[in-house]
Amino acid sequence: MSKIGRFGDFGGQYVPETVMNAVHELEQAYDKYKDDEQFNAELATLYKEYANRPSLLYYAERMTKDLGGAKIYLKREDLNHTGAHKINNCLGQVLLAKKMGKKRVIAETGAGQHGVATATVCALMGLECEVYMGAEDCKRQSLNVYRMNLLGAKVTPVNSGTATLKDAINEAMRDWCSNIDTTFYCIGSTMGPHPYPTMVRDFQKIISKEIKEQIMQKEGRLPDCVVACVGGGSNAMGAFYNFIEDKSVRLVGAEAAGEGVDTDKRHAATMARGTLGIFHGMKSIFLQNEYGQIDPVYSISAGLDYPGVGPEHAHLREIGRAEYVSITDKQAVNAFEYLSKIEGIIPAIESSHAVAAAMEIAPTMSKDQIMVINISGRGDKDVYSVAKYKGVEIDEQ
Amino acid sequence: MSNNIKNRIDKCFENLAENEKALITFITAGDPDLETTEKLALEMFDKGADIIELGVPFSDPIAEGPTIQKSSLNALKEGTTLDKIFESVKNLRAKTDKPLILMMYLNTIFVYGTEKFFNKCKEYGIDGVIVPDMPFEEREEIQGFADACGVHNINLVSPTSEQRVNMIASQSSGFLYVVSSTGVTGTRSNFNTDFDSLFSLVNNAKKCPACVGFGISNPEQAGKMSKYCDGVIVGSAIVNIVDKYGKDSIEKVGEFVKSLKDAIR
Repeated sequence: MSKIGRFGDFGGQYVPETVMNAVHELEQAYDKYKDDEQFNAELATLYKEYANRPSLLYYAERMTKDLGGAKIYLKREDLNHTGAHKINNCLGQVLLAKKMGKKRVIAETGAGQHGVATATVCALMGLECEVYMGAEDCKRQSLNVYRMNLLGAKVTPVNSGTATLKDAINEAMRDWCSNIDTTFYCIGSTMGPHPYPTMVRDFQKIISKEIKEQIMQKEGRLPDCVVACVGGGSNAMGAFYNFIEDKSVRLVGAEAAGEGVDTDKRHAATMARGTLGIFHGMKSIFLQNEYGQIDPVYSISAGLDYPGVGPEHAHLREIGRAEYVSITDKQAVNAFEYLSKIEGIIPAIESSHAVAAAMEIAPTMSKDQIMVINISGRGDKDVYSVAKYKGVEIDEQ
Repeated sequence: MSNNIKNRIDKCFENLAENEKALITFITAGDPDLETTEKLALEMFDKGADIIELGVPFSDPIAEGPTIQKSSLNALKEGTTLDKIFESVKNLRAKTDKPLILMMYLNTIFVYGTEKFFNKCKEYGIDGVIVPDMPFEEREEIQGFADACGVHNINLVSPTSEQRVNMIASQSSGFLYVVSSTGVTGTRSNFNTDFDSLFSLVNNAKKCPACVGFGISNPEQAGKMSKYCDGVIVGSAIVNIVDKYGKDSIEKVGEFVKSLKDAIR
């Protein structure tokens, strides 16, 4: 890192003056607690007793045989409490909020997974919680809206702009500007102004720490390839981080190509089609026009439906350490069905993008090679939208 | 001061009468269309605005309340671009020599090309830029180019700036934009800020005039605020009139601007 909060030239702290002191306060609090023994002990207990960590590393034998290439392991983040990796970050951030004496936590959410995880931890710790969610996403993920309400959180639909994840972030940032003294903004991915990209990655890096320990135990060696899906990029940063220095491990991120990267704004393939910009607090890669207007994006996956990518991913690509592939809705839905049938595991539609990428890559690898796919979440929430995609009517009653 | 720029903004403050405060008004460029924007700008200057801020519409204006968000979206739907706004500035410069400022998000400058952008500002006669999502620490993104082209980078301080006020105010030029309250732009019926303590910090450190904005929506508020500072900034209240009357808002905006200026003379 060349400067504080920078990954190469990416990252930074591009926020309105009104929140600068809050950002610095957070930075100082995080610097203090990240190496604090008691904080880490509390977090470790929460991970173990509440979130069900360590998550399993499962050998997908039938999938391995079927694809005929690398030996495939699945990192089962879908088995965490609340059904996704998001809980790792929320436990860390909301515990920090509590240490900082904040009474109110706000969050943005796309698919609803981060919103549910934030609402869950706020319920656990007795903090007020408000979640901003694009009105479109509220419709697509009404079950998650109900779950958040059940957990005691207020869900505020956002109608501005494209009424999806980026607009929910805009509205959460506006709330933060307005309620800076009382409110902690719990960002759900490795994005936003410093210290968020670093802090969120640190709360997620337990994924790769565990993968490393588990694979050493099972195979006695490092994997050859780790695959994860990328929206903002938190599960992928978590799955990649402890392998960055292990140059023999190929790191592959799968982003959402929606209806195809060559369609007009019917994708969310930031790495494939984005350009350098400054937005949502960070310098990174964004889907935007020649005047810097942020593009509306599309993906069947509400969790990957974001026009940017976290700054550390932009950096990892620039230095050639990680590679990024684009997976269409069709490929993702195919992978969703494939993993369900071949292993009896229904992956989140987000994670299905990683599975689809793995299905392309694994057969090109030899049988003595090892691949790990991060199954970042479970797919129960997506059954309805996948059925709809397939033209199947489900009676919701 | 961080630079030795002297342009229309500095002259404007120098030319104010004793006890007269500057009136800075904001409209979104291209809402409802650029032709109306030009007419509105000339009318506002005519009725007492000393400096005009033209808002460059952005798809995701995180520092704006609902009024300017809507206005920004209207302008984008109308097909407004930065190049078209520069053309309007050129048209305005044929008719007025008063200070013009662009208020815009950093990505708009960055993606356009920072050097190209400031060269155009110089060529067309833009005197300053306000970039609400660029804090003081990240000012190097634009400061060198702005200085080289004689354009003021207008810094902001807010009620939450506290110990930062000294650092920012002591290195500001053109004017210092004092944000009246936390939150986003938009009209407010009252303010919770302790202006005495905020302005004692500002006035101790400032090297250029200080103007207050965010939420000032009528002559009475403008009059009260002007006691603390060298100028007042009014945005959403004007944008609301434009929203209501569209292309026919010229006269209404003119009357409102006159009433604001009369309150701060």
